[in-house]
Amino acid sequence: MTREAPPHFEVLVIGGGPAGMAAAARAAECGARVGIVDDNFRLGGQIWRGQSCDGQRDETTDTEASTWAERMHRSGVTSLCGLRVVHQPNPGALLAENLDGFRELGYQKLVLATGARERLLPFPGWTLPNVMGAGGLQAMVKCGLPIRGKRVIVAGTGPLLLAVAAYFRQHGAEIPVMCEQAPWASLAWLGLCLSGWPAKLLQGLQLKRNLAGVPFAANSWPLAAHGSRTLDRLTISRAGRTETIACDYLACGFHLVPNLELALLLGCAVGDGCVRVDDFQQTTVSPVFCAGEPTGVGGVELALIEGQIAGLAAVERTTEARALFGARQRARRFARLLDRTFRLRSELRHLSSPDTIVCRCEDVSYSRLQQHATWRSAKLHTRCGMGPCQGRVCGPATQLLFEWKPDSVRPPVFPARIETLAAISGHSRPEHSEVPGEHR
Amino acid sequence: MPSHALTTQVTVMVNGAPIVVPLGATVAVAVVLAGQACRTSVSGEPRGPLCGMGICYECRVAIDGIPHSRGCQVLCKQGMEVSSEK
Repeated sequence: MTREAPPHFEVLVIGGGPAGMAAAARAAECGARVGIVDDNFRLGGQIWRGQSCDGQRDETTDTEASTWAERMHRSGVTSLCGLRVVHQPNPGALLAENLDGFRELGYQKLVLATGARERLLPFPGWTLPNVMGAGGLQAMVKCGLPIRGKRVIVAGTGPLLLAVAAYFRQHGAEIPVMCEQAPWASLAWLGLCLSGWPAKLLQGLQLKRNLAGVPFAANSWPLAAHGSRTLDRLTISRAGRTETIACDYLACGFHLVPNLELALLLGCAVGDGCVRVDDFQQTTVSPVFCAGEPTGVGGVELALIEGQIAGLAAVERTTEARALFGARQRARRFARLLDRTFRLRSELRHLSSPDTIVCRCEDVSYSRLQQHATWRSAKLHTRCGMGPCQGRVCGPATQLLFEWKPDSVRPPVFPARIETLAAISGHSRPEHSEVPGEHR
Repeated sequence: MPSHALTTQVTVMVNGAPIVVPLGATVAVAVVLAGQACRTSVSGEPRGPLCGMGICYECRVAIDGIPHSRGCQVLCKQGMEVSSEK
């Protein structure tokens, strides 16, 4: 059902993944008028992609995803999907764009739940078609790409790799090898620590069972992708030996980096690559709360807890929010354990050859970037990070490669159409009041 | 969504050739299934989808004449015209 949304929300949530859905549901259940905006065409974020998050159930639905979707639905949250926030023209208002136009959204309290993206690192051949992020290829498969019978190498680091590999296998792919850059010792230590987290241990064992027979190589990472117009072979460093393996796809991601752009645009303080929040998930900008991966990558469990705290705090239900502090602390400890386990090894800083493209938008090579001391200098002289992705891919990569610090963020935070830019500069008012894809 | 809906298909045109994709497939999936690059980079390399979630802009194509559309964020509709960006 399409209907016009109220132009103003008491609580507006940006990002429809677990943190955003939990925040929206908890705030709306307290009687607030709540809207939730997501760039994707459906709610659920990346982790619940492909599952029914419109309040209906089917046999493939994660019960947690459908539970939160139902709670949102029942409490009357307005969902605005396929809508991307590009700017805050003035405090209390955001400008958002979709394929058909742009619109302004008003808010009293804002919850940022903008999630994370994969850290993608350059190596020779990584720009070939069919080399994708690990979660990237999984998203494509969830969106209809058939991989039955395809040879998919899964590489990179982090707990996502196991889940992704199990998913591909379940959908009929052959996995010649899984390459995890972390050393065996770190993985063994994680295994030992998991005894303190029985639910996680169970999850891990289940994944291991689903991956029976798949070669798992620790101390291993991609060295070069080969192919003429598309990927056909991958050379890896496998526990000290070099090996080349035929494959149809490479799914390669080096854990996650928080999406901070919107928080930075709104002036929220950031430290150590994360949005700084207080106990109630409130940022340094008073009506703005933040939950989930932007406050520190911690996975779905932590995101749900933080989202709930943010949603409750935004409607001043501090007692109920406080009741979740203990659970949050425990989930944060687990996140820190994962950070230590999957710390990136220094070899990954030296995979590029001189002509390896680092900035894919502007085709800036490693050797051209080596001539610069800072991100700003590289941007000004080579256009690195100045293309459509605005440094979302090469920014985290150059942070690892050259230890460059990211710059401030300027509007629009995503490429926007000229009408939207005109609205930003105040020459025009939004004309579109009805947004396709909107439903209650 | 009832499970039979998943087997329903739509046909889109990718660079002028018809491609049949499952209902619910994104434009990026259709382009990969067509064996085509989404775009040609500034130095002339073929590029395909990378992040799958609307961040990297590698899958941008023209959709029904609208240039620079992210293929991974748009669902295929019957008869849609998709063309690679040069």
